Amino acid sequence: MTETNSSIQIKGLRDGLLVSLDDAPWEEQRTNFLAQVDSQTAFFKGARLALDVASQVLHVNDLVDLRDQLSERGIFLWAIISESPTTEKTAQLLGLATRISKPRPEESRQFSAAGSGEDGALFLDKTLRSGTRIEFSGNVVVLGDVNPGAEIVAEGNVIIWGRLRGMVHAGSKGNKNAVICALDLSPTQLRIAGEVSAVLKPQENPKPEIARINKDGKLQAEFWSPG
Amino acid sequence: MPAQVITITSGKGGVGKTTATANLAVALAAEGSKVVCIDGDIGLRNLDVILGLENRIVYDIVDVIEGRCRLKQAMIRDKKLPNLYLIPAAQTRDKNAVSPSDMNRLIKDLRPDFDFVLIDSPAGIERGFRNAIAAADRVIVVTNPEVSAVRDADRVIGILEAEDKGPGALIINRLNPILVKKNDMLSADDVLDLLAVELIGIVPEDENVIIGSNRGAPVASDPKSKAGQAFRNIAKRLKGETVPFLDLESTGSLWERIQRLAGRK
Repeated sequence: MTETNSSIQIKGLRDGLLVSLDDAPWEEQRTNFLAQVDSQTAFFKGARLALDVASQVLHVNDLVDLRDQLSERGIFLWAIISESPTTEKTAQLLGLATRISKPRPEESRQFSAAGSGEDGALFLDKTLRSGTRIEFSGNVVVLGDVNPGAEIVAEGNVIIWGRLRGMVHAGSKGNKNAVICALDLSPTQLRIAGEVSAVLKPQENPKPEIARINKDGKLQAEFWSPG
Repeated sequence: MPAQVITITSGKGGVGKTTATANLAVALAAEGSKVVCIDGDIGLRNLDVILGLENRIVYDIVDVIEGRCRLKQAMIRDKKLPNLYLIPAAQTRDKNAVSPSDMNRLIKDLRPDFDFVLIDSPAGIERGFRNAIAAADRVIVVTNPEVSAVRDADRVIGILEAEDKGPGALIINRLNPILVKKNDMLSADDVLDLLAVELIGIVPEDENVIIGSNRGAPVASDPKSKAGQAFRNIAKRLKGETVPFLDLESTGSLWERIQRLAGRK
């Protein structure tokens, strides 16, 4: 079930619909898409929708507006796929998924496993609150706290300039050399590659700590000492 | 001056959103502001009961939105406070009967005639919550000093930030100073440490709140109640006045008070 309407492509996925837009002006794309939805209400009603917006740069208002418009039509928007880091970040902040599990080409998978997360870092200068989930293919740097209930999953390292009280998974694709640092390391859970830590106790006088997998293959945290 | 639109929300249920809405509305109206409160909890309406206006409902918010009555017909005027109006929720419908754009239209019609529009949000972060925050200029997040309530408040504040509604102002409700002192309850500082938002009020645990709610006479109109005083102070802060926070510890025994006074010297 593939349909084409000017630049809008609709595909059926295992668990919903994938709609692909292109780089034409956003307003135009949005209007066209909603018009198409309105012309086929029965087809779209109750759908789980993933939207591929190519390299459109979308801000919170754009996505919130679209989500509300879709929700009024009985459509649940659960994922935004984008080539733009800004759009990806916006979608993640709104709790939308930014990847759908479709099989990736074999070579790109090897590349991400081989590369030690050196394909750039995602910088977030805000506190991550409960319910926020950040997934990134490289390193993640947070200037702010990571509160209980927030999650970061990174293929590379995770650096928190603040208090870490949520869940962090570094080296999520199996990189055992990944590290997690925080000014106050009191997470609900830490994971590096396949290792999961027990709960670390909150400290009276927190000091910067770094967690990594030690020689024995266990996840261990130690105080960070300069030099 | 057009109205300030304030939504009261929490994430978790049962922390005192509706009680806070009713009390702030009463306190603001008693000070002479023109106030309308809207019950956003369609399907589970309560605000009318707490305000003691239940038996006067003829039309509700869904009737307005679906055009069965005019806005003015659904507004119930309080008997004691002529500046206070309520737009009740529908009890026989659900949250999907209203959309965020419906709310925006409704609020737009109310703005010119009032000083404050207070919207009581339902618990949760789904449709009803989205409706309630759609038109808000300012959001008040109510929490209890309990880990689960604070966690949900954090989530809600995150959503508000993501949707450009500002971080919101915090009310810590049902704080028990004696339990805090014994380290058996999170203190206001513990809560603020995690949430890192502006604190607009701390309301102490007070049985008069429940009594008032059951009677349909919110505690904010009781000059002797400590919780009522806390709500009146929050109302003043909403109007831009600077009011010092209550000394909640003075509920201790006479001897403790003397000791504290002596300790201060």
